[in-house]
Amino acid sequence: MSLVEAVDLDVRFAAGRVHAVRGASLRLAAGRCLALVGESGSGKSALARSLLGLAGPTATVTAAELRVAGEDARTFGPREWRRVRGRHVGLVSQDALVALDPLRPIGAEITESLLAHRTVPRSRARERVVDLLTRVGVPDPEERARQYVHQLSGGLRQRALIASAIAAEPGILIADEPTTALDAAVQARVLALLAELKEQGTGLLLISHDLAVVEALADEVAVMRHGVIVETGPTERVLEEPRHPYTKELLAAVPGSRPRTGRGRPPEGAPLLDVTGVVKRFAGRTAVAGVGFTLRPGETLGLVGESGSGKTTLARVVLGMARPDEGTVLLDGEPWSGVPERARRTRRHTIQLVPQDPLSAVDPRWPVSRIVGEALAATGVPRAERADRTVVLLDRVGLTADLLGRRPAALSGGQRQRVAVARALATRPRLLVCDEPVSALDVSVQAQVLDLLRRLQEELGLATLFISHDLAVVREVCDRVMVMKDGVVVESGPVEEVFAGPVHPYTKSLLDAVPRRARAAREPAQERL
Amino acid sequence: MRGVLTRLVSAALVVWAAATCAFLVLQLIPGDPVYAVVGSDALVSEEQHERIRAEYGLDQPLVVQYLSYVARLATFRFGDSYQLQQPVATVLADQLWPTVQLALAATVLAPILAVLVAVATSGRRHWPRRVAAAVELVVVSTPSFWLGIMLLTIFSFRLGWLPVSETGGVASLVLPTITLALPIAAVLTQVMREGLLAALDQPFAVTARARGVPETAVRYRHALRHSALPALTMAGWFTGTLLGGAVIVENVFARPGIGRVTLQAVGDRDLPVVQGVVALSAVVFVAVSVLVDVLYAVVDPRLRRRTGVQAI
Repeated sequence: MSLVEAVDLDVRFAAGRVHAVRGASLRLAAGRCLALVGESGSGKSALARSLLGLAGPTATVTAAELRVAGEDARTFGPREWRRVRGRHVGLVSQDALVALDPLRPIGAEITESLLAHRTVPRSRARERVVDLLTRVGVPDPEERARQYVHQLSGGLRQRALIASAIAAEPGILIADEPTTALDAAVQARVLALLAELKEQGTGLLLISHDLAVVEALADEVAVMRHGVIVETGPTERVLEEPRHPYTKELLAAVPGSRPRTGRGRPPEGAPLLDVTGVVKRFAGRTAVAGVGFTLRPGETLGLVGESGSGKTTLARVVLGMARPDEGTVLLDGEPWSGVPERARRTRRHTIQLVPQDPLSAVDPRWPVSRIVGEALAATGVPRAERADRTVVLLDRVGLTADLLGRRPAALSGGQRQRVAVARALATRPRLLVCDEPVSALDVSVQAQVLDLLRRLQEELGLATLFISHDLAVVREVCDRVMVMKDGVVVESGPVEEVFAGPVHPYTKSLLDAVPRRARAAREPAQERL
Repeated sequence: MRGVLTRLVSAALVVWAAATCAFLVLQLIPGDPVYAVVGSDALVSEEQHERIRAEYGLDQPLVVQYLSYVARLATFRFGDSYQLQQPVATVLADQLWPTVQLALAATVLAPILAVLVAVATSGRRHWPRRVAAAVELVVVSTPSFWLGIMLLTIFSFRLGWLPVSETGGVASLVLPTITLALPIAAVLTQVMREGLLAALDQPFAVTARARGVPETAVRYRHALRHSALPALTMAGWFTGTLLGGAVIVENVFARPGIGRVTLQAVGDRDLPVVQGVVALSAVVFVAVSVLVDVLYAVVDPRLRRRTGVQAI
């Protein structure tokens, strides 16, 4: 029996001017998982929220049929929706750090769900909270219940959020990108928890742009594009034999399913970057504990590790933004660390950063022309030439000149990242530090940006330090890889060797944590198991 | 421990700076302070004049006057009032309680009003917000003496519900409190409503709604606390308005209090009293800022001592 059923559902925003979901139909049943797949802006979230009556104050939802918990939800007023929310349909959103109230202990948040539907008397709520936290695998539940979101690790936070969503025992759980902000290993554990809930009879609506996550969890997949469900069917069938061209396109873009370009052998020549024995401490904590590596022109080095492993600190040392407490960095054979800023400034243009989230890494009020123009000005390009040079740079990253006057907010995620790359190239760098350059992007856009980085690297002979937590992406573009844990490099070597035969237990656990689709790509022989 | 010490040192610095500014500003006011002592119309002989100057130390060079002033301040001796012929400390202590009553009443009333109005007008409908915003603008722009006079005219003279001036009862505190609290409440409402609306757009508000929590509860239980943070940053302005407002309100309603004493002392060039008031205000400001820092930590657990992220 289906717990939620929608037929021909439409969601319109802003008095009908934006048609976010068009004629979508879906059924959610106990113990089954339906995945909604699509890129940002495809209407996945609007569709899911409309099943909770939470599409937003400006949304108009119409449907031929919309049944929630056996009732006709089209007739629901606020009171009826409230009865359904949490009790029959629960919601787990992305990033528990903001999805749980940061000013209240997580126990209070879970209690709120319990008391909202009076499923448990107030006197027993405390006890129930501990049960729920135990159920979602949070250790020391009594103590954790009194803690705040910021005191918990990413994985525990997400578990607490799940606990608050299942507190009133809803039959259906909507999981909107439940693992997106998490590291691979943590992601695997949260996925296992969701799978367990499914086993126990909860119906899941999983929203994700990550096909690997979908494959790990979903029984059925619905692919959305521009508000329309273009293809739906059993997970196996949709992922193995996609019928709609868009589904094929999405699958082809998944990192790991594409050919590798890394060469695995270091190019000839003297190293461009030479890092030896770098140590960096922050107030009693050692972020980087003795790391050394070299990077030659034209080479791509992947830097892998979970958040807190010291990747970003190391990148800041390489960029000359942080002074190492011990060790040295040589750039092109000359000292780079520990040199006064005055002496370093003339060489700064050699190293450029491609940030994770270009939206926060550019001035939101500046148009593209000024963003790129500033970088040109920094290397002394005369004002008169800047406009022409900007157009050339945009062309190089696959953008057209009509975007010059646009502000970052008016660009798509992929366009923004291309602008960030153009800005990095403006100073004619020889080394790019890419800090999670594609993790904020949709898969198909991710693939395009990776292609771009690869092409530029070949054309310009750039050396690249590529930081990522996504092993599939690293495998695709890197020659060599370094695995960091707790500030130390635990394993390094050519990508094929490390991925095929990891030696260090931590590398093994990282690789095991990757959901199957990406793992299959690592060892093609296992793909059809 | 070290934090407390830093606090005390900076508090002393604030009080010293305020006292110095007051001392310098008062020197700029033209006229002879001797007339403040004897009354401006009195005829004083040259000899008496000199004696009074010597008695109050006014014949000393400015630097010596300043240093002895700071020294007295440091030992909590504010000297005697020129006009009232009694120690400044006594004058202030006598007048303190009525002002504290008034300020406390306004401190309770203004946030309550602000919270009620902000919560009531942060809903999905736009018109209550527009009406409230217009009223707030009018209240903020109205000079408080005029507001006080209007309230008196309506509620005391016309309707006769409340006493015109101080009678010692609670009833006589009502109109002055409203006069003092309304402009503060209006500004606080605007800040809190902005904060509420921003908080209601946050993902955690969606999560709360998805639990089946009623919209009003989402506002009271979640968003309100978030909106308290920007409101708390207004505390300095709040304190200033209370002190400045007390001067006006006490005069309009003929209430005793520090505000009235201050106005009188400034008019009469009664320097020791003015300096005492300045020192007192500085202490109040320092105390409020300590209190606000504590409140920040109460409202926002992220500002409490860093506990560090726990392992999984």
